[in-house]
Amino acid sequence: MHQTRRSVIKAGGAAALLAAFGGALLKPGHTLAAWNKGAFEAKNIADAMKSVGVSNAEESKAIEIRAPEIAENGAVVPIDITSNIPGTTSISVFIEKNPFPYTGTFDFSQGAVPYVHLRVKIGESSPVRVVATAAGKHYTTAKEVKVTIGGCGG
Amino acid sequence: MAEPMKIRATLQGDVADVRVLMAHPMETGQRKDAAGKLVPLHFIQTVTAQLNGKTVFTADVSQAVSRNPVFAFKVKGAKVGDKLSITWQDNTGDKRTDEVVIRAGS
Repeated sequence: MHQTRRSVIKAGGAAALLAAFGGALLKPGHTLAAWNKGAFEAKNIADAMKSVGVSNAEESKAIEIRAPEIAENGAVVPIDITSNIPGTTSISVFIEKNPFPYTGTFDFSQGAVPYVHLRVKIGESSPVRVVATAAGKHYTTAKEVKVTIGGCGG
Repeated sequence: MAEPMKIRATLQGDVADVRVLMAHPMETGQRKDAAGKLVPLHFIQTVTAQLNGKTVFTADVSQAVSRNPVFAFKVKGAKVGDKLSITWQDNTGDKRTDEVVIRAGS
């Protein structure tokens, strides 16, 4: 990967900052350096879920996904996710038929409510799969979103 | 340097309702420019939000997040006047932090 000298210096600075504050402010194992490259580069849903470590998730109706049934514009699809599972600490999102299904993980601590709103690109009609993690266990549900104009052409 | 974020943080009961809009192209690495060349990957990878210096919300995301990303989240136990700071960093190492105070909701 091509990196300019400047960006290397910046990245180094960020790492130093994290090293200084990391212990107190961030949860163990979750730093900027931990961005899960392998999972984000996985090309199918099974590999992506495995890389994130949530492939053994059990189906649950306690996760609500609010997303349009038919998205007119796949480049901007609003999604609201709420986990009603007590003690939910993180929510991961996978768009099953995107070229790289793993879309992201959101972590909640210090009073943050397990709710997130985001806007995503969806290349073709696809289930949006959400995994909620509570007390080390994983729960999942999915909602199909139909796309009439793909989101990957920009 | 990146444009400032627009952050709205209002208190509803004892829950802070936070909505943030970031200015970023979120290039997927699959789009071609007018000359037919691939536009390289350029996207926000991490977002961290701190309330009075304590991390409450973090996001690790991919290029599948839409251009000019919007995120919303909620933090229980917040008060009017609490400081909320949000930082993002992208895959080129560029980053930006903006801070607001929590305001009373309607």
